[in-house]
Amino acid sequence: MIYLDAAATGLLKPPQVAAAVADAICRMGNDSRGTHPASLYTGRVLLETRERIAALFGAQGADCVAFAMNGTQALNTAVKGLLRPGDRVITTVMEHNSVLRPLYEMENGGVQLTVIGCREPSAPRGVLDMEALEQKIVPGVRAVFCTHASNVTGNGNDIRRIGQRCRENGVLFVADVCQSAGMLKIDMERDCIDVLCFTGHKGLMGPQGTGGICVRRGIAVRPLLTGGSGIQTYSRSHPREMPSALEAGTQNGHGVAGLLAALKEIDRIGLEQIAEKKEKLCRLFVQEVQKIPGIRMYGDYDLPLRTAAAALNLGDEDSGYVSAWLEQERGICTRSGGHCAPLMHEALGTREQGAVRFSFSYYNTEEEVLEAADALRELSRLCGY
Amino acid sequence: MRIKEEKAVITFQTTLQAMQAERSLKEADCPGRLIPVPREITAGCGMAWCAPVQELDRTERCLRKSGLVWEQTWRMFL
Repeated sequence: MIYLDAAATGLLKPPQVAAAVADAICRMGNDSRGTHPASLYTGRVLLETRERIAALFGAQGADCVAFAMNGTQALNTAVKGLLRPGDRVITTVMEHNSVLRPLYEMENGGVQLTVIGCREPSAPRGVLDMEALEQKIVPGVRAVFCTHASNVTGNGNDIRRIGQRCRENGVLFVADVCQSAGMLKIDMERDCIDVLCFTGHKGLMGPQGTGGICVRRGIAVRPLLTGGSGIQTYSRSHPREMPSALEAGTQNGHGVAGLLAALKEIDRIGLEQIAEKKEKLCRLFVQEVQKIPGIRMYGDYDLPLRTAAAALNLGDEDSGYVSAWLEQERGICTRSGGHCAPLMHEALGTREQGAVRFSFSYYNTEEEVLEAADALRELSRLCGY
Repeated sequence: MRIKEEKAVITFQTTLQAMQAERSLKEADCPGRLIPVPREITAGCGMAWCAPVQELDRTERCLRKSGLVWEQTWRMFL
């Protein structure tokens, strides 16, 4: 099997991750629920992971990092915990449904939503209209929700520029870094990010079921879930202190132990090394497949800020057919269809056809990339292009 | 009958603060351990740092030096 679906989940992980999860299952008690060794062990793992996450994203401290079960939970927390009826909010067509659907819910409840499109509507490059976004960021807007990179095309957004504009105008900036974490540089302070939502199982190479939300000190986010916290037991309301404020119930200690192992490995290899390798693989892929008759690429591969994802179609073939053929005939795993990003596909003009996304991890090889390009070449020939 | 000894008990608002304190104090070789908060006192977090009472000043100094916050300091017989 050749796994080229890292943007969906990072199947290829450092071996230490699975070992850490297995070890944690045998050793972990429930964090914050006692002072026996098993409970304290979990508390120490969570603490170290929070610290590493804070360092990776430039958060102010471990107290700013609350765990969640995935990026979707983190984003739902940000959307529903920051907005109230009447608020004006801005987002973009590049967002995933994990942002759009909670925003639509809030819109039904009285939030005014503005969606910024791409520079060229219904065109394959899919680059955000940054000028239009900046014009909308004015005093009185409650928040901007923007992804760091499209999960379809891999196109990156200049979150620093967006963040600075937000900060100057007193607008909250919520960044979705689910696609970019573990590849692109992120610094909450430098990039003026107020709330950052991440997942642990994609570029961070941790287990599924991990992720979180980083909140700048002084910003109150209402919790999505309330319940047991291990503190303030006799209070009728959930604690307001971070990170307990946004964590209710037993945390996924086993998953977090795996995430910690992955973060240590990312530190050991170096984020720049990882980014360089992934960029190189993606560039090689694009360079090879662009020459194939019938191939149409989506995304801007000249952008300085990109993740290692590439989307394409072969003529008018159904993207699902192409993806299934690649898997059945050549054992190549990709993701077809709409990628939970309806507005991005509408902007690309691929609502009906969808697209086939190839996404690369640090553990893919050039041979695998060339094999994928060769498979597309064969299919192109078979389809008569 | 169990003989009670005077102890220093430091309470915290959150579990995170307690875990940060434990690590800093252990790294500084400050004697003590995390215990469930004694019923005589109230605290946000259910865990407290318990140390020999003569170590109280050193413990607080170490926490301050590490930039850590805590809720309250108590002296009590445990």
